[in-house]
Amino acid sequence: MHMTAATLGLAAATFLASAVEFVEAFTIVLAMGLTRSWRAALTGTASALLALTAVTAIAGVALIQWISESMLQLVIGTLLLLFGLQWLRTSILRAGGLLTLRDERAAFRAEQEASRLAGHQVHLGLDWTAFVISFKGVFLEGLEVAFIVITFGLSATRYNPHGLLVASGSAVLAGLLVVAVGVIARRPLSAVPENTMKYAVGLLLTSFGTFWAVEGLGYFGSGESLTWPGQDWAILGLVVGGLGVSRLAIAGLRRTSETSRAAG
Amino acid sequence: MRFLVGFLRFWYDFIVGDAWEIAAGAVAVLGIGAGLLRTDGVDRAFIPLVVALGVGLVLAGSLLAEVRRRRRAER
Repeated sequence: MHMTAATLGLAAATFLASAVEFVEAFTIVLAMGLTRSWRAALTGTASALLALTAVTAIAGVALIQWISESMLQLVIGTLLLLFGLQWLRTSILRAGGLLTLRDERAAFRAEQEASRLAGHQVHLGLDWTAFVISFKGVFLEGLEVAFIVITFGLSATRYNPHGLLVASGSAVLAGLLVVAVGVIARRPLSAVPENTMKYAVGLLLTSFGTFWAVEGLGYFGSGESLTWPGQDWAILGLVVGGLGVSRLAIAGLRRTSETSRAAG
Repeated sequence: MRFLVGFLRFWYDFIVGDAWEIAAGAVAVLGIGAGLLRTDGVDRAFIPLVVALGVGLVLAGSLLAEVRRRRRAER
């Protein structure tokens, strides 16, 4: 397979985004496994992965079969833009000192405490609380990964016929790496620079999302995709512009936080 | 009924999240782009720049809104 800069960018973005989500899901499953039941936690994880595979396959086929190219760009671009802006906003607020940085150890302790307080129900021979919390944790975090894989993968097929394969492979690799490191460490992966990764991915998702959503606006005109000035180079411009705007925002928020602390 | 409410709430949380102004702003900016596309005499090369600028403004607006929310909560 020929690896271009766009393909490498796709692989890196999907890998980072997936790793962030998998670290969060791993914390939940680890807490359930250690506190309640490994059998229920792992069954919940496996069930969630099956459900995710089904959702991804159905959504992927539906998007390819029933939607025109410009509409597809508009739908996936808008979804990426919404996810990207949310991630970017959260990471800017964290870097600016307005939100506390996510701490996997604190999240792990909170999950453990909640699981201790929960009652003990057994269904199908499984600790139901551990099963349900593991299922929900993996499904919800995994759904975001699935959307990113579908949207990035389908969009990249324009540049690379194996785009969906590259995106899926990157996500699987990230999942395997997180699980392998987690199994060896047997504790929450708090050393992972999750907030920095979230910031980088937020920037990439916002840039690619803006690019594709604008191309998809052509659906409302002649039906053909709209083109950017400078074509694909515009993505680089969006990343650089987004980086500049976000660094300015972080600097401004840090000043605001310091002023508030000094006044308080 | 409870299932429907739960289903809709799930998708709202998943897509809109905790900052509704981001989703509303992004959709509004894309709506403006679509409107410009259907307006006679507007250069098509101008539309991507308007949308990119709009996305930046949506992000900045949401951050400012969060700062204001926190200031109000501190009072």
